[in-house]
Amino acid sequence: MLDALARFGRRGLESLERLGRGHLLLLQILAGLTSLVTRIGLLIAQVHSIGVRTTTIIVVSGLFVGMVLGLQGYYVLSQFAAEDSLGVMVAASLVRELGPVVTALLFAGRAGSALTAEIGLMKATEQLSGLEMMAVDPIRRILSPRFYAGFLSMPLLAALFSAVGIIGGYFVSVGLLGVDEGAFWSQMQAKIDWNEDVINGVIKSLVFGFVCSWIALFQGYDAIPTSAGVSQATTRTVVHSALAVLVLDFVLTALMFGD
Amino acid sequence: MHTRQLEITVGAFMAAGLVALFFLAMQVSNLASITAGEGYEVTARFDNIGGLKVRSPVSMAGVRIGRVVGISYDQSSFEAVVTLSIDPAYNQIPDDSIAKIYTSGLLGEQYVGLDPGGSLESLEQGSEVMLTQSALVLEEIIGQFLFSRAEENAISDEATAQ
Amino acid sequence: MRRSLINRDFLQKTTVNSSDPLIKIRNLHFSHGNRPIFDGVDIDIPRGKVTAIMGPSGTGKTTLLKLIGGQLRPTGGTIEVDGQDVHKLSRKALYKLRMRMGMLFQSGALLTDLTVYDNVAYPLREHTNLPESMIRRLVLMKLEAVGLRGARDLMPAELSGGMARRVALARAIALDPMMVMYDEPFTGQDPISMGVLAQLVRRLNDAVGLTSILVSHDVEETAGISDLIYVISAGKVIESGAPEALQGSASPAVRQFMGGLPDGPVGFHYGAPALSEDLLSMRGAK
Repeated sequence: MLDALARFGRRGLESLERLGRGHLLLLQILAGLTSLVTRIGLLIAQVHSIGVRTTTIIVVSGLFVGMVLGLQGYYVLSQFAAEDSLGVMVAASLVRELGPVVTALLFAGRAGSALTAEIGLMKATEQLSGLEMMAVDPIRRILSPRFYAGFLSMPLLAALFSAVGIIGGYFVSVGLLGVDEGAFWSQMQAKIDWNEDVINGVIKSLVFGFVCSWIALFQGYDAIPTSAGVSQATTRTVVHSALAVLVLDFVLTALMFGD
Repeated sequence: MHTRQLEITVGAFMAAGLVALFFLAMQVSNLASITAGEGYEVTARFDNIGGLKVRSPVSMAGVRIGRVVGISYDQSSFEAVVTLSIDPAYNQIPDDSIAKIYTSGLLGEQYVGLDPGGSLESLEQGSEVMLTQSALVLEEIIGQFLFSRAEENAISDEATAQ
Repeated sequence: MRRSLINRDFLQKTTVNSSDPLIKIRNLHFSHGNRPIFDGVDIDIPRGKVTAIMGPSGTGKTTLLKLIGGQLRPTGGTIEVDGQDVHKLSRKALYKLRMRMGMLFQSGALLTDLTVYDNVAYPLREHTNLPESMIRRLVLMKLEAVGLRGARDLMPAELSGGMARRVALARAIALDPMMVMYDEPFTGQDPISMGVLAQLVRRLNDAVGLTSILVSHDVEETAGISDLIYVISAGKVIESGAPEALQGSASPAVRQFMGGLPDGPVGFHYGAPALSEDLLSMRGAK
């Protein structure tokens, strides 16, 4: 009984310690911005490997999510003879929720896990130590550019997801189900507000980009430098990112659309 | 070279993201219809605004000319004070126009419609629409309907009794 | 904003009296968790010599190099490199000192996404503003010194273990450091590349006037090229001196290690109760 309590306490202390390390790392990563300004090439290379390589999965998923929203929405709305609102429904769900959230989940699975594995392996193969001994700060040189690239890529990816999804929804509703094209767009434009909906969606995805990149980099940097350790860290990245995104989404939604 | 190719793809990626945002702004949301300077604001008092919300449209002859930007309750007169923001392009609205709250469709949302009056003076920033007609509340309509039916019945009963 | 073309510190190899030892380790204590690794170690590493630090596996030889490089903090004692206490330096000064230290990791620690050429050029590009033509000349010279000029376009994954270590060596000396630390350079090498590496360590040391610190448990190769050997066991320096002197050491632990005897003060068996007792006991039986 006491043993179990002690184990519980130890777990708690370990988690707290880890949390502290995570925040320290975050501070160091954020401070790396100063040296990034002079070396923009590093950032570009990372936007390529983090953002550009995630685009395909984002576009394809966005298209299908939009199409499914069109279909499902039609079956529900047509019961109330409100098919004209289909555009609003598709756009609102994408711009407010599904765009930022699904993008962040896909990002964690595609780019986040790759980041963790990359950093973890660099640690396991002594590359990070090697950099340190070459008087190169691995946090500034390796982690910071990846963090800012993820932070910047996320809102762009989310915007792509939403835009492609709306186009997918348009094809299904107008092309397939015969919803009036004018109603589809005009109702959408009347109801979707730039500040309330689109900007809030962008803010959400910025927050998600920040958190997902942070989690991925920390898990990689804190990984036990063995194959098993790196694989555990990769799993943790996906699980923690997904949980963080869903919880934060609830909090942000409550704050933004609460009243 | 290699870096050049990289820069091009990154550039294309960022451009695609920005185009998507632009699409969301112009085609999906109302940014295109929000004109710079927000428009001029006028107020109107209603006995009952029903389901009117901030951001509900304001229209004349079915054309959208602005939106509701504020709703408050005046405790002294027991009225709702609705602030309307009207596109500055529409600056020839007679100041004796009537503001009415309509419902689009049977169950649709409510909006403010302005029916033009005959005055030569126009509405401007800060002026108040004096003539208003409140929202039709379904329960009241049904209530009135039942009441009038009952009255009719009473009259016809009286007639037959005589 | 612009840094000077080449950092002055690279050119100036010795700042303190050259007869002083380059590295002075005094009463070093370090423990990993609750396990003590160093328990009062004193080591002097003279300038311009090859100094070997030897000992059985698990005695913390790599840890010692990380302590010297400032990557780990000792729990007690001091380490002075070129007159500066490594663990009292500010971060900036430490990085400046590290530019004058080269380190060869056991795995090579090459950056896997860069070619051999770019790996060697990396420290030059990071720390100097030299024009690309100058960097190219320096890189090719360093690669020539380790005999791998022809392999400049290969990726690290395409190199054998021995070649990877040679590339890493070229990178370690790219900034012309005052010292190079070698972490187990001979482990897992075939006799040929072992010989090649041993010769490289010696030649580089003599040709450029480096100070070399060699951590190894390969007795024969190490004894063949070093000027001074420290033997560490159980957290203490148990013997030090020239290789020949150590061969005839009176200490049984040193004789066991240098002669490669399977049993002696360092037991063959990991600590355990007596076998008969263990076999008869029911502990752990399902």
